[in-house]
Amino acid sequence: MRRFALLIAAALAVATPTRAEEVVAGLSQDNIGITASFDGSEILIYGAVKRYAPEPATGPLEIIVTLEGPVGPVTIRRKSREMGIWVNTDAVEVGAAPSFYAVATSGPMHLILDPVIDVRERISIPLAVRAFAGPIEVSDVRPFTEALLRIRKDEGLYQLDEGAVHIVEGTLFRADFELPANLTEGDYKTRIFLLRDGNVIDQHRAAIYVRKVGLERWLFALSRDYAPIYGALSLALAVFSGWAAAAVFRLIRS
Amino acid sequence: MQIYLPIAEVSVNLFLLLGLGGMVGLLSGLFGVGGGFLITPLLFFIGIPPTVAVATGANQVVASSVSGVLAQFKRKAVDVPMGIVLLIGGLVGSGLGIWVFNLLTELGQIDLVVQLSYVVFLGSIGLLMLQEAIRAMQRDKKGVKRGKRHTHIWVHKLPFKVKFRASGLYISLIPPLLVGVIVGILAAIMGVGGGFIMVPAMIYLLGMPTKVVIGTSLFQILFVSAFTTMLHAITNQSVDVLLALMLIVGGVIGAQIGSRLGARLKAEQLRILLALLVIAVAVKLGLDLLIRPKELFSLFAGGL
Repeated sequence: MRRFALLIAAALAVATPTRAEEVVAGLSQDNIGITASFDGSEILIYGAVKRYAPEPATGPLEIIVTLEGPVGPVTIRRKSREMGIWVNTDAVEVGAAPSFYAVATSGPMHLILDPVIDVRERISIPLAVRAFAGPIEVSDVRPFTEALLRIRKDEGLYQLDEGAVHIVEGTLFRADFELPANLTEGDYKTRIFLLRDGNVIDQHRAAIYVRKVGLERWLFALSRDYAPIYGALSLALAVFSGWAAAAVFRLIRS
Repeated sequence: MQIYLPIAEVSVNLFLLLGLGGMVGLLSGLFGVGGGFLITPLLFFIGIPPTVAVATGANQVVASSVSGVLAQFKRKAVDVPMGIVLLIGGLVGSGLGIWVFNLLTELGQIDLVVQLSYVVFLGSIGLLMLQEAIRAMQRDKKGVKRGKRHTHIWVHKLPFKVKFRASGLYISLIPPLLVGVIVGILAAIMGVGGGFIMVPAMIYLLGMPTKVVIGTSLFQILFVSAFTTMLHAITNQSVDVLLALMLIVGGVIGAQIGSRLGARLKAEQLRILLALLVIAVAVKLGLDLLIRPKELFSLFAGGL
């Protein structure tokens, strides 16, 4: 806790005044190593609101924090019944969907965020998934994007937690995020929005680097860069274990 | 205890994987099948991406068949020349299968083809085996002697005849080569060793004696799945060595227990058990195709 306070104090000291209210923030960790025993992780995003004038008398202070994983294309396929069996028939490609996206807010989204701002900043989950690519062969893409959001929500990859940002005394805030175990590596972007009356007063961005480390890193790199060696290694391991097991059991028997 | 798999990029329970491997290894030792036809669908079920499940399944089959084939060599139950002929066909089939697999993955129809192949092959083979085994048991009960094993069918009229001493056969090279090719294709597409189709084909089509069938099929499966693993590792980088290791550790132990157990059971009992298991998997997958799925949509990372 003392470290936490020191960090905030240090952050406050370096920031230069530009607006009436500014957000200063920190992350509990900006590096996440995926090791063999990786089982999900927790990220704490905390900060404070810095003021150069008394707190304005307008609408209450609200905060939205987002955490976005690496973005990539996704193909969504739909099954339909053909000759009595269920087959993938239609497909829609979403050009850029984050592999992970979490939003935490200090209040109900529709009350604290102006929809126009939402569209501009792409804050809410449906807006964070963007850009259709390739020819669209189906008449209505909506069921497909809805399915993408639904499936990823069920897998814990897209999260919306209204009321998860706690504001203390109108200045200090914190938001906790749960990162799932099936995390993909890459740079995770965090954004913190300071809002009043639905408008963004200030925002802050930071990155979290999620990387495989140690054995995981080595194996992954080997499988991509030296595929034949990796394949041979997998085989050698399999043959050795098979032989070793047979040998051990023969010893036990005799 | 969870373990994060570097290629599959998911975190799975360690003991679940060991248990899966053990169960499949037991079947491998017991019936002389790779057990891939169970492990691949089970891996799908616990959330491993399909391509990783198929490729890693092939790697696991290598380990369990090394273990099994060594035990069979000790019993002199491997017909090496026959195994080599089946293997040559198998390698050709595996290459073809990988090509089809990558094509179908692109088209988004791999799940369907895999499921359909399971239903058709497992279903028909399971029923055939069950029928045959029950008939044989009834004959045993009545005390009637079995007829001549070598009934002369079209298979014995083909050219390029070769003598296979361990099997006591004098047949053409063409049928075993074709059996090898078909098994190789299935190995690559379905992530299976192909024992469930090769064992009946060897008994009923080639007329090999039951005592060398398991050892010889394991011999062929060993090399074909090694080749398949290599191809998957090179063409789509989907072999997860950590996942394979967990399955293998469970699998090799299971295989040893299974092969001891197999030596005690009667061949006919083994066949009925295997037939029932094969039919159960086929029925389950068939129902999945016929019943309206809960989620009609599915996601694939990457573009069309």
